[in-house]
Amino acid sequence: MSRLVIAVAPALPLHSAGKYVAGAYIVFLAMVLIYVAIMATRLSRTEREIAQLQRDVDAQRSARDADREREPVA
Amino acid sequence: MTTYGRGLRGLSLAAAATITAALALTFFYAPLDANQGFIQKIFYIHVPLAITALCGFVFGGVLGAMYLRTGERKWDIRSYVAIHMALIFGVGTLLTGTIWAKASWGHWWVWSDPTLTSFLIVMLLFATYQPLRFSIEDPERQSRYASVFSVVAGAFVPLNFLAVRAAQAYVHPRVLTLTGGNLPGSMRLTFLVALVGVALLYVTLWKYEMAAKSTRMQLRALRRTLLGDDAVAPLKRSAAPS
Repeated sequence: MSRLVIAVAPALPLHSAGKYVAGAYIVFLAMVLIYVAIMATRLSRTEREIAQLQRDVDAQRSARDADREREPVA
Repeated sequence: MTTYGRGLRGLSLAAAATITAALALTFFYAPLDANQGFIQKIFYIHVPLAITALCGFVFGGVLGAMYLRTGERKWDIRSYVAIHMALIFGVGTLLTGTIWAKASWGHWWVWSDPTLTSFLIVMLLFATYQPLRFSIEDPERQSRYASVFSVVAGAFVPLNFLAVRAAQAYVHPRVLTLTGGNLPGSMRLTFLVALVGVALLYVTLWKYEMAAKSTRMQLRALRRTLLGDDAVAPLKRSAAPS
């Protein structure tokens, strides 16, 4: 049946085929752009985590320095 | 420690340049197909996506075998990302294929075509990969079972491909054969450039994903080293290796 469909189906004229070809290439482009958007979200999350780590390390260092200053000098 | 970001810029530029060249060749150089006309232009994106997706599944199987051989977690992560990327390319193949089928045959899907149906079977098989991983809580077992799955399913891909090739009653055109097929030179060149472009895109995205995963793991390890085990939140259950 499907072979018969292909045999009788003429080549689509440009104005009809154009939307399908555009559709296929837009799917490809959208796929890549969605992937890039997801990666951008992950990257911003990693940046936030690095900033948080930096704050935590700074806080730990300040606490250690404060402890050292409080120690009695003999 | 592997740095996956190395060479990523050059690879990205090469992928972008090759895909741009492929698009230019597709629309300005390759002649119109005598039978299908302009609609045949979908071939230059659909077939490279399909070949890359199938090779990606096999690649994931090879990396899974490396994990089973060595027991090193990095191979499991590489296998996971390879299959993950191949699934994305596979979805692209199905979408572009259905658009081509609708334009060419007047139907979104033709069940009697062995190539379409077999590709769908491969996709459905690999669609169970992530749920399989998610269903296993223990990371060690998760990696081992997922690797066994990737090897078996990866081996199924070429067997499936050969079975479809051997089938007599098919409606999918056979334009690529070991003897060169029946593509004219200009079409073959365009197709090969498109194939290289899509393959480079796959490798680039694989490396991006690996770099992102590796960075997050290193960040976690750094947090543990600097602030102690208590500073690191326990990992949530996930299909992705961590």
